[in-house]
Amino acid sequence: MSAPITYRQPVSRLWWLKKRTYLLFVLRELSSIFVAWFAVFLMIMVVAIGRGEASYQNFVNWAASPVVIMINVIALAFLILHTVTWFVLTPQAMVVRGPGSRLALTTKEVNVEGRWVSAATAVRVGGRLPAAAVIASQYAGLLVVSAFIAWLVLR
Amino acid sequence: MNEGAAAAHDVLLVGGGAAGLRAAIAIAETSPDLSVAVVSKVYPMRSHTVSAEGGAAGAIAADDTLDEHAYDTVSGSDWLCDQDAVEAFVQEAPRELLQLEHWGCPWSREPDGRIAVRAFGGMKNMRTWFAADKTGFHMLHSLFQTSLKYSDLTRYDEWFVTRLLVDDGRVHGVVAIELMTGRIDVITAKSVVLCNGGSGKVFPYTTNANICTGDGMALAYRAGAPLKDMEFVQYHPTGLPFTGILITEATRAEGGWLLNKDGYRYLQDYDLGKPEPTPVLRSMELGPRDRLSQAFVHEVEKGRTIESPYGPIVHLDLRHLGAKLIDTKLPMVRELCMKYERIDPVTELIPVRPVVHYMMGGVHTDINGATPIDGLFAAGETACVTINGANRLGSNSLPECLVFGARAGKAAAEYAVSAKPPSPAVLRQADDEVRRLEQMRSFDKGQERIADIREDMQSTMEDSAGIFRSGDSLAKGIDQLAELQQRLERVQLDDRTTAFNTELVAALELANMLDISETMLQSAIQREESRGAHQRTDFTTRDDTRFLNHALAYREPDGSVRIERLPVTITRWPPGERVYGR
Amino acid sequence: MADSIQMQVTRYAPAPGAVPTVANYDVPLRKDWSILDGLNFVKDHIDGSLSFRWSCRMGICGSCGMNVEGQPQLTCATFLSDYAPGPVRVEPLTNFPIVRDLVVDIDDFMEKLPRVKPWIIRDDDVTVIDGEYLQTPEELEEYKQFSNCINCMLCYAACPIYGLEPEFIGPAAIALAERYDLDTRDRGQRERLDVLIEKEGVWGCTFVGECTRVCPKHVDPAGAIQRYKLKAAQENVMAFLLPRAAR
Repeated sequence: MSAPITYRQPVSRLWWLKKRTYLLFVLRELSSIFVAWFAVFLMIMVVAIGRGEASYQNFVNWAASPVVIMINVIALAFLILHTVTWFVLTPQAMVVRGPGSRLALTTKEVNVEGRWVSAATAVRVGGRLPAAAVIASQYAGLLVVSAFIAWLVLR
Repeated sequence: MNEGAAAAHDVLLVGGGAAGLRAAIAIAETSPDLSVAVVSKVYPMRSHTVSAEGGAAGAIAADDTLDEHAYDTVSGSDWLCDQDAVEAFVQEAPRELLQLEHWGCPWSREPDGRIAVRAFGGMKNMRTWFAADKTGFHMLHSLFQTSLKYSDLTRYDEWFVTRLLVDDGRVHGVVAIELMTGRIDVITAKSVVLCNGGSGKVFPYTTNANICTGDGMALAYRAGAPLKDMEFVQYHPTGLPFTGILITEATRAEGGWLLNKDGYRYLQDYDLGKPEPTPVLRSMELGPRDRLSQAFVHEVEKGRTIESPYGPIVHLDLRHLGAKLIDTKLPMVRELCMKYERIDPVTELIPVRPVVHYMMGGVHTDINGATPIDGLFAAGETACVTINGANRLGSNSLPECLVFGARAGKAAAEYAVSAKPPSPAVLRQADDEVRRLEQMRSFDKGQERIADIREDMQSTMEDSAGIFRSGDSLAKGIDQLAELQQRLERVQLDDRTTAFNTELVAALELANMLDISETMLQSAIQREESRGAHQRTDFTTRDDTRFLNHALAYREPDGSVRIERLPVTITRWPPGERVYGR
Repeated sequence: MADSIQMQVTRYAPAPGAVPTVANYDVPLRKDWSILDGLNFVKDHIDGSLSFRWSCRMGICGSCGMNVEGQPQLTCATFLSDYAPGPVRVEPLTNFPIVRDLVVDIDDFMEKLPRVKPWIIRDDDVTVIDGEYLQTPEELEEYKQFSNCINCMLCYAACPIYGLEPEFIGPAAIALAERYDLDTRDRGQRERLDVLIEKEGVWGCTFVGECTRVCPKHVDPAGAIQRYKLKAAQENVMAFLLPRAAR
């Protein structure tokens, strides 16, 4: 078969600006940086507390500076984006089963001492929870944990 | 630019649908040493098998027998089928469908995990296996994906075969255009199996895809093989009015009703039984397709159909089935109605009318797919064995592709094992063909557009050889076709590029369709009786004395059609009355 | 509704140094006409050299995928009236080399598909005489969605990873691998695992999710890929923690 001449369509470096969903994806990926920032920020705070009253006061002053406040506001926005998008994606990325599921007997290849053998096993089928239930339960969990931490900190 | 054969194989399968892929797998399994290739003008998963919806029949229920499946098929064919072929078919169908299940086909199931079967038109028992309402899609993809296991199987995807190379009564290969580049090349083979599907595009309103242009039938016809039973064209009773998109018979098997403009289930007026609230096998909406389409025409004559922007229609009522059943058993039907008619069958009536769907006729073969030309075989809708006779029952054609695809594949392999290699004389034939194609491609004094000739052909066929024909309408059609053949010689191609020239392909397909149309009309005008899907207004009854035989259409050197007759093979079921609804 | 609508269609004929251009055609704006009907009108009555693929016109064969107003669509399932008053841009699918006009080269996918072994793999001797493999409706439901792929390639056109890294096996191929993995009749999980845990396998995917959004048959290839990642990761962890135990 002869080799045809084809035209390779160029991929633009700004591909992520071409669709709203692409842009949202890139922002979602970027939000991980701000998640990391909050983790670091929290660690700095914990270390500061550990070093005593003065150190903690220094930390508070630093955190109150306009630059840090601005960073934290932006980071919070990204954190909310991160949370919302990933909560929505969870039911698509994994199958969460509820009480309606049951075990079905099947066989599967399993690794026994370096060899692959057929073994009887059971897989879960059916009873997949609707996406809305999975998303709602995540928010419920977030609410519970947040409430607990708030109580810890504010009491 | 032809420098000798592009490739040589032992067996060449032309067409990559259910029949072609099944044949390929059969050869790969039984004769792995043979060099096998599939050549198709489209990628195999685009083959028209993919559009089949309703199901595939195989007798497996405890209360079903092979004889009953055979009898339903024989009576459905109005006794024009070859009963030895039918007996072999009903026996092998369940095995083939089961084999497909082992290859991963996602057949719908009973709660206990066994294969589920449903009712279908003209069948006395429930024996139609189904994969939701996308049976053809799932069968084709299961076959195609299974065929990928055989890494030695060569495929020529998007190569358009233009001619069979035949010398001394034996086939030696094909000439084909590699669409991607436009190169014209020769593929030699010791045996060839034609699996190119049907030719619905000969008519204006059809369920068929754009690719259904009867290429296999035309190739065989021009090579000297006869086409059998070409006058028998199946109109499916329920296609959408503008697009012709198929609304599967399964809608009626699940309980759908056909209503005329008064909301009346009109089929009861046509000796098809009495209307019951739930479907009764072989009765009313589960009658055979030819009778249902004919009933529609009568309703039009009585003025009881509904006028739509696209002609008279009737209504298919699924509202009483409920959303749950429709979403489980008929999900694609619902999607098609919502998208193409903007109606929801759960709450609204579906506008339908008969559209051309299947060719009972095709390349004449024996029970193993062999044509009279040595080394040339055919299977699937391209072939006419025949198990379908004057009218095909729904859900018989998918297993037909499997049963006869496997048979033809194995027979072609067997032939190839003992065949001598192709003679060099065929390369001269190939050169002639290359020259012809290049002339076509560069012809610039044309005055006709392909689309105009094609549309005129389609309306000629609809007017002269529709659900009802007469000697007059057929004679007129024959004259018109002769004129269209002349016009085709003056066709203008705008496309001067060799790469992916779909206009050249369209012109070649149109030439194929015109040749086949001529055989259809000639066969029809010489059958002076009414049987199955061939209904003559001037000969209204079935005439077993003169016409319990097939028409074989041969091409004369001057291009005209010569009809010979071949008796029907009767084994166990002497001709009887076709009874439905009682 | 106006009488006609303008279609702005990519034209390309292969030649050294040739680039695609755009040609404008006015076609009748009929309520029931799909984009494909518009293209056929151009081919039949205006310019017969316009080349494009199509077959079933009912959204099941997968031939007619093209970019319509920048979105990968099946042109037989998208209507001219949706873009009225127009103009409507019709281009070949993104991320594929253009062969001619609106026809793209999909051989890359055809080469990738067999790599994931999309067929039933088992090595027992069950023959057809033994009857069907039992499979309950619920077991069928587990993989049915992934079996609906029509190989239309819209997902590859939508996937930015495939555009940037053409070695990526891609959404449809991985969804089909998962379809067989989840089929209770199949025993080939580990054979497919070997292929898919490569960098150009599932780990190339960053869950943009556009493939699922454009899929006309609701296959959800993105879901299939993430589930596969989870499964592959679990296999790795178990193999690490319990190397010598049968599970």
